[in-house]
Amino acid sequence: MSTHTEHQASQGPEPLDVNDPKLTRFDIVREGARRDDIEIVHYEPQVLPGTKAERRLTRVVAGFFLITGLASTAFLAIYIWWPWQYEAGRGGDKFYTPLLGFTLGVALLAVGFGILTWGKKLLPKEVSIQDRHEGQVDSEGRTITGQTMLYMADELGVKRRPLLGISLLAGLAPVAAVAAAPLVGGLISQPHKNNQMFTTGFAAAEGGQRIRLVREDGRPIRPADISSGGQLTVFPGIDHGVSNRHADSPTLLIHLRDSDAQESRRANEKVGHGDYMWGNYAAFSKICTHAGCPASLYEQQTNRLLCPCHQSQFLITDNARPVFGPASRRLPQLPIEVDSEGFFVAKSDYTETVGPDFWERP
Amino acid sequence: MKRRKFDLAATPGKAAVGVDDRFAVATPLRKLLNKVFPDHWSFLLGEIALFSFVVLLLTGVFLTFFFEPAMTEVVYDGSYAPLQGTPMSAAYASSLDISFDVRGGLVMRQMHHWAALLFMAAIVVHMLRVFFTGAFRKPRETNWIIGSLLFWVGFLAGFTGYSLPDDGLSGTGLRIASAIMLSIPVIGSWVTSSVFGGEFPGTIIISRFFIAHVLLIPGLLVALISVHLGLVFKQKHTQWPGPGRTNNNVVGERMFPRYALKQGGFFMVVFGVIALMGGLFQINPIWLFGPYEAWVVSAASQPDWYVMFLDGSTRLMPAWEIPIPIGDGYVIPPLFWPTVVLPGILVGLSTMYPFLEARHLKDRNSHNLLERPRDAPARTAVGAMAVSFYIVLTLSGANDVIADKFQISLNAMTWAGRIGLLVVPPLAYYVTYRLCLGLQQHDREVLAHGVETGIIRRMPDGRFVEVHQPLSASNGHADGHGQLDYVGWVVPKKMNRLGALGPAIRGFFYPIEKPVEAPVSPGHPPVEARPEREEIGSGESRR
Repeated sequence: MSTHTEHQASQGPEPLDVNDPKLTRFDIVREGARRDDIEIVHYEPQVLPGTKAERRLTRVVAGFFLITGLASTAFLAIYIWWPWQYEAGRGGDKFYTPLLGFTLGVALLAVGFGILTWGKKLLPKEVSIQDRHEGQVDSEGRTITGQTMLYMADELGVKRRPLLGISLLAGLAPVAAVAAAPLVGGLISQPHKNNQMFTTGFAAAEGGQRIRLVREDGRPIRPADISSGGQLTVFPGIDHGVSNRHADSPTLLIHLRDSDAQESRRANEKVGHGDYMWGNYAAFSKICTHAGCPASLYEQQTNRLLCPCHQSQFLITDNARPVFGPASRRLPQLPIEVDSEGFFVAKSDYTETVGPDFWERP
Repeated sequence: MKRRKFDLAATPGKAAVGVDDRFAVATPLRKLLNKVFPDHWSFLLGEIALFSFVVLLLTGVFLTFFFEPAMTEVVYDGSYAPLQGTPMSAAYASSLDISFDVRGGLVMRQMHHWAALLFMAAIVVHMLRVFFTGAFRKPRETNWIIGSLLFWVGFLAGFTGYSLPDDGLSGTGLRIASAIMLSIPVIGSWVTSSVFGGEFPGTIIISRFFIAHVLLIPGLLVALISVHLGLVFKQKHTQWPGPGRTNNNVVGERMFPRYALKQGGFFMVVFGVIALMGGLFQINPIWLFGPYEAWVVSAASQPDWYVMFLDGSTRLMPAWEIPIPIGDGYVIPPLFWPTVVLPGILVGLSTMYPFLEARHLKDRNSHNLLERPRDAPARTAVGAMAVSFYIVLTLSGANDVIADKFQISLNAMTWAGRIGLLVVPPLAYYVTYRLCLGLQQHDREVLAHGVETGIIRRMPDGRFVEVHQPLSASNGHADGHGQLDYVGWVVPKKMNRLGALGPAIRGFFYPIEKPVEAPVSPGHPPVEARPEREEIGSGESRR
């Protein structure tokens, strides 16, 4: 070994003969590291073999692994035998998921701590230094690769034969479009089919039949059903009117108190909606004009309607004008009256666009 | 013919030779086993994200066995009594079945959700670590960009995931997402109707989100994560400055065995914590929300935490609608700015930051040594500005809950958010900048004058002075102080960090009185230095 060191000082590292029987295994490990430009500068066992500390740490690690075994077994036992089917009330099934999570968590944590203790406490501490070769630019390599690529370009001869390049572009561009076409073409969907963005379920049926306002269970509504100051969510009385197929149709029917109703009627007249209310009843779209959530929190005292998603507030007595928050457009009003049988009907569909705003809305 | 004796002990060796004959892996394997990793607790934050992702894949595969991604209307007849007989989508019904009728399904569902939240949280914290220590600088800009993209792709993964159960809460989230798409000028209505296959909600969105959530997005995540890790491996990890550490080396532990063991143990711990949370802490109890109905919403409907900043920006946005009076007239809704433009700006700024900073500082060098946040006050202050911006938005995303719990007017909360969004970040910048300078100055003071000892001495002329313990031997200076250069690492500021008192040696339950004798193993250490190498310096350059 001494001969090697003498040479190394002048000529850099010379590989060790790893078949030398005098070498320890650590010598070979260190030699391997050196060949990877790694120098192990510090390697220190944390516990000596046969000491009390080693025995203690071994017991700790073994303890962790045994806890894992216990917890896993408990997990399996609970999984198999604990009552798990849902029952109303406070049954044992309510503990099924917590117990599974607890036992699984303990099992995994214990195996984790066991491995960590093994690695951090029982294995020798070391400090190794690896060279990054930072800033050593392999300029020769760059030249060779660069020239190789240029050579390949030359061989293809696109410069000499420009027609090849042009025809390649002209030929391949459509191919790329071919790949995209089925995807785009399949997904794309005309947004204004049947004028769907501007109509709701309250649009008069064929033959001019006016649509009734109905409750969630489909029953029509009489004026006496809502007390003064009250409100009710109503739907178009058509097939699937009370479903997500008509997600734009839910409407809030409000029975205003006398003074509020007068104020509301005056405001209606100002925008040419003089006949939209029926008596003290007014109906506004429930779908917020901001992001489409149902604006459902009605404050009777202030006549404000609040959307719980982004806190837009609409003043009902002023044509549901947005008075606070991010909404910029009032809630559309549904013109209503009472038909000959005494039920609420929509005189026509909404006259303004319902729901969140979009580019071509006006 | 003589029968050869079977030598069991030689089998692994023989097998190894056989493998190497075929694949020639011995040397590459050695290089892998030997690779050196620097060690610091903050380098483990990214691992949490990685390990959470593994848990997400495992639990997610389980969930796909039972989830039915269809909006077909069914009538629920599962074992959760309060909803029996309710019409709902097949997606919601099968999510309820996972929660109630699949044995152990609920714990898997909750683990999946918690792992997703942890995944995003770990990404954010890891990103902050990388930002504030300058680890994104050349040559690691690409990895910074990939990391930023991972946040946004993870965001999409989360959103598509929590939309799948089609419950009352997630349906409202979908409705808002459709409104956000609608708000895009010119193409908004086309985008929305193409994504939803017609008018909201249509009948196909859950199936589309399902394939995006279980195949497309995870595929993208796996690809990005692989490149991310590959680059960390290729470019080698950054390290803190310190004794023997230069821009040109990596000081740490070899990958095997200690580093790998610690990683494996850490994975198990992360996995275990997720299991505990999945079992003990309820999350997203969809059976309480009911099926999605377009007319039902409750107050305090909040998205998952990493979406809340966008919810906040939407709430704070004033109702500025931009009408465009051409032809029939067009409009840009106010929703467009906080939900499409703002994320766009954030993606652009965050991905481009390494280049912006390098350009500003005219810095073209490679940096493998990290910087303490105080040593780059401008960057740290910019980071504090970004964090405070994010926090104001996130708090505003919950402003109705805050208003309710603390009895504050809701409108006041909104205004506080609007003003705070403009005022707090510059303030954070200024305060952070001054803090950094103050910390820098204190470091320099300690290096020049030494550590405060707490010993007060009375001078012959009656003055009282505090005795400072110099950090280096006197160097012929008149004041008896040596001078040390700052090397970018922690300056000792307490006596016992200098060794004057000796650190207490900690035991598990009780302090161990006497330090263990320096162990000397018979085989290897103390390790002799490689002969031709120069001595490893302390890292402090003395004048």
